[in-house]
Amino acid sequence: MSKVWRFQGGVHPYDKKDLSRDKPIEVAGLPPRLIVPLVQHIGARCEPLVSSGELVKKGQKIGEAQGFVSAPVHAPTSGKVTKIDNFPHPLGRFLPAIEIEPDGSDEWTEDIQGREDFLSLSPDDLRAVIREKGIVGMGGAAFPTHVKLSPPQGKTIDTLIINGSECEPYLTADFRLMVEQSDKVIQGMRIMMTILGVETLFIAIEANKPEAIHAMREALGNEPFAKVVPLKVKYPQGAEKQLIKTLVNREVPSSGGLPMDVGVLVQNVGTTASIFDAVRFGIPLVERVVTVTGEGIREPKNLRVRIGTPIGYLIETCGGFLETPGKVILGGPMMGVSQYTTDIPVVKGTSGILVFPATHVHVEDPQSCIRCGTCVRVCPKNLVPSALALFAKRGLLDEAERHYALDCIECGSCAFACPAKIPLVHWLRYLKGEVLAKRARQRERETNKK
Amino acid sequence: MADQQLMLSSSPHLVSKESVSRIMRSVLVALMPATVMGVYLFGFRALLIILICSGSAVAVEAVCQKVLGRAITVTDWSALVTGLLLALNLPPGSPWWMALLGSGLAIVVGKHIYGGLGSNPFNPALVARVVLLISFPVQMTTWWQPKASFFGMTDVVTTATPLGELKTHLMLNGTLDGFTMGGLIDPLIGNIGGCIGEVSVIALALGGIYLLIRKVISWHIPVAFFGTLFLATGLFWLLNPARFINPCFHLFTGGLFLGAIYMATDMVTTPMRRSGMLIFGVGCGLITFVIRVFGGYPEGVSCSIRLMNSATPLIARFTSP
Repeated sequence: MSKVWRFQGGVHPYDKKDLSRDKPIEVAGLPPRLIVPLVQHIGARCEPLVSSGELVKKGQKIGEAQGFVSAPVHAPTSGKVTKIDNFPHPLGRFLPAIEIEPDGSDEWTEDIQGREDFLSLSPDDLRAVIREKGIVGMGGAAFPTHVKLSPPQGKTIDTLIINGSECEPYLTADFRLMVEQSDKVIQGMRIMMTILGVETLFIAIEANKPEAIHAMREALGNEPFAKVVPLKVKYPQGAEKQLIKTLVNREVPSSGGLPMDVGVLVQNVGTTASIFDAVRFGIPLVERVVTVTGEGIREPKNLRVRIGTPIGYLIETCGGFLETPGKVILGGPMMGVSQYTTDIPVVKGTSGILVFPATHVHVEDPQSCIRCGTCVRVCPKNLVPSALALFAKRGLLDEAERHYALDCIECGSCAFACPAKIPLVHWLRYLKGEVLAKRARQRERETNKK
Repeated sequence: MADQQLMLSSSPHLVSKESVSRIMRSVLVALMPATVMGVYLFGFRALLIILICSGSAVAVEAVCQKVLGRAITVTDWSALVTGLLLALNLPPGSPWWMALLGSGLAIVVGKHIYGGLGSNPFNPALVARVVLLISFPVQMTTWWQPKASFFGMTDVVTTATPLGELKTHLMLNGTLDGFTMGGLIDPLIGNIGGCIGEVSVIALALGGIYLLIRKVISWHIPVAFFGTLFLATGLFWLLNPARFINPCFHLFTGGLFLGAIYMATDMVTTPMRRSGMLIFGVGCGLITFVIRVFGGYPEGVSCSIRLMNSATPLIARFTSP
């Protein structure tokens, strides 16, 4: 049994995964149109490689990555490019995307090449494939994977953690992936092991997923090169800094520190499986597992979905709305983004589509802060959210910076636990935006002075 | 897909079941044993004081908020808690007008002039108590022997509190010889003179356990408070048992149980971090010790809490990472 440590703070929302945990992954159909955003990752947005009216094949690169911290996008199916324009994006803004009308034949492009001896490739070649096939972090943050797998000089990675925690309530996509495709995850891990040269590997899975723990252990076989570690169910166990603390008891430095600063790399199980698909079969990132769930969906399911599928199509696939919908959330209930339309595409980082009926949506006027300290106790970053919310209201940006406002990971534990129902994350997001804007203005003033 | 009116908000989209009202109601439930004991021990007058304070606290809050143009929030139960706590901190023979005045002071001067719930630096019930103590010293230090008949006004026997007796005895004799109120059973049940809610240690402890289980309070402040007082008084007792009474006596008498469990744990006026809470509790214990043993007043719990309330922002400063 691996020794595990506890991370500070955290909350225990209801798990609610029984709505979809026993539903095997179903392949979703092709919608009548796909909208593939040119920015689905952290980093520079892609430049389109195709133009309106052009015919594309499945897996064809349609958007080129710009610079190092960027990842290309590929056509999820064969068809015609109908429009290249700004479309509604899960982040809430209108962003450039390529609209494709499927032709129904789902034909792959010719440059999909597999290789069986993938483990004999050099680390640099492997990284190049990962970049070329558009692999980004599929846990939600969508950070370009080849960048993550390229730690700069001086930062050696000694531990690799595969994140199968899926600590958000309701979501079961990673769970089903581990249960049904454990081999892919294991092989993906081998590829990363080759790239990084690590010898210590962990697979972190929360204890509410015994079938996944079992499946991964089985897939590792009798001489496992990685340790499957069941973790106590506590949100946000799956947040990478909390995961690192729990598994190897190392603290990633605050205010800009990264896991590589303590020699660790964390990768989501979905990303890991996609790495295998890319390297072994040459398949770019064009589809992913999404959990469509919530008390507002008639038939919750885990679906294998093409990137760019409008979520309205998937909601229909799951029997449509049960009762008047209140909120449609992309992601999990703790950190997901509520949407104003179902005409939004699934992107590389979309792990779940959550529908809450109107009757389930919590709408309540906040009361005054009673300084109970609950937010302080649940904050995984040891911040004082109630004080920060006050700074936000009063415009005290310098105070906010001094109190580590920018360290907030927006996990939602504070707002979840607050007895006065103060929308703390809302204030914190606003505050962080203001502080960053202030810093940008200061930098501009400095450069103008020169 | 035709867009229904979908709701938007920042994450998280789930909330816990905890609420301010739930916390307040838990405190009220926890205070029930002490309240019932107070009425049982001191009769009808105690019940009257409790009703007057509780009712007027709620009424004054509603009027106050209306006058100030703020939303009326009496449904969060916080005014009721303040009213009840004040009643439990008053002598059973308190005049009705004093109880009413105290209630008004607690709500207006103790709470709303600072901005309402969450903004007050001092425990409102204790603010009222000290004003009443200074303004009406006789009424505020007239104690009754418990278990007169329920409605009986004529068979009431005045008495002293154990701590009051102790201070008088020491002032007159300079030593503990002959001190008769040193037993521990009576304070456990409540068979002593004192405020309506402070006398029965067992009833207060029961409520305290309930609050701990419900996670409304944590152990840090009460344990630090009790512990520090116990250690300080214990140390002096060891050094000179003829002059300093044993620490268990200190633990069970006076307003310690009521204060340490219900007033020193008031969230609004105490530190948020556990480390700060410990400092707060230690400070309360030390100040109570100094006042009781060396000061002019027989009792120091409410003073110590008020003083430590004023130190809370400083403690917060020093306990931030």
